[in-house]
Amino acid sequence: MKYIDPHIHMVSRTTDDYQRMALAGCVAVTEPAFWAGFDRSSAQGFFDYYRQLTEYEPKRAAQFGIQHFTWLCINPKEADDPAFARDVISLIPEFLKCENVLGIGEIGLNKNTRNEQIILEEQIELAEKHHQMVLVHTPHLEDKRKGTRLIMDALQASNIDPGRILIDHVEEHTVGEVLDRGFWAGMTLYPDTKMTPQRAADVIEMYGSERLWMNSAGDWGCSDPLAVPKAQQELRRRGHTTELIEKVTWGNPQEFLSQSERFQVSEK
Amino acid sequence: MKDVTQTCPLTRGEVMAMYFLEHRARLLDVAAFLDRLDRTCGDDAADFREVALHQAAKILTDGQPHRTARILALLSDCTAELPQSAEGMKGALGAVPLTEGEQA
Repeated sequence: MKYIDPHIHMVSRTTDDYQRMALAGCVAVTEPAFWAGFDRSSAQGFFDYYRQLTEYEPKRAAQFGIQHFTWLCINPKEADDPAFARDVISLIPEFLKCENVLGIGEIGLNKNTRNEQIILEEQIELAEKHHQMVLVHTPHLEDKRKGTRLIMDALQASNIDPGRILIDHVEEHTVGEVLDRGFWAGMTLYPDTKMTPQRAADVIEMYGSERLWMNSAGDWGCSDPLAVPKAQQELRRRGHTTELIEKVTWGNPQEFLSQSERFQVSEK
Repeated sequence: MKDVTQTCPLTRGEVMAMYFLEHRARLLDVAAFLDRLDRTCGDDAADFREVALHQAAKILTDGQPHRTARILALLSDCTAELPQSAEGMKGALGAVPLTEGEQA
């Protein structure tokens, strides 16, 4: 069954993963800018990373018939030094002209600090100024609920339509509030530390299939680039309809992402 | 919290047949983890994560819905303060350290 993985860090994956994803039905990926596992020492490091996301990675994906799109930002983990973060942010407008860039992301909070919050607000302003969609990272573990609420408050203080914002890494204690406030919600499927395909299926059963998607966020940590097709399998195994499975793994990502005219995906 | 009764398309028997062995194994993993803690050397007191785990275990058997959301809430930071910087802070630990009042 075809699918879109709307949040996966392919720069951390091998070319074999593209091949396996294509075989499993992946048609397109969107890749937000993120923390590389270590702090970059200069803004130039981000310049090179943005080139990788906009020039190199689309070509690597295309070898397997997968369309590659991206989101740009400074991630919250490296945004705790406002002066450094501003140097990086100043690079972004030039890259927003690249044809595979869909918006600003994944911005958000990591440890829920004032410094992170300042840079979050400045990147929301950047998105607003350039009429960009927003993809949001929410903090992990014990920091998630508080951070998710702070992020939503900051976003709702802007003039960006919540329908053009996706709040990612939701779990059972945050998904309801995210949807109630009018945002889209993303569930990140991880083998160990985040949501499993089984729990994602539970959330869909409890909260419905509107404004909800699933992604693997496959990165340099223990993660599974085939998590989305595994979630499709879990829904199928429970007897859910093909229509529902297609909606959450294809139709919903396509509906949200198509708000950018750059997101044109062939169903071949 | 949202009423979620009868939102799973499977019967109770079908869910049990499909998932019991997997969750039996996970429950045994938790039991073995607690046994391992009991067998540790030294005389460290139970830290906040162990306390949180025991509190979460009570939610598992309270017969009320939304166990996952309630356990996640139990393990969440509920403070309103924002530190200025993350400088010197540790990564997320998965539970919240007890306050002095809670430790007493």
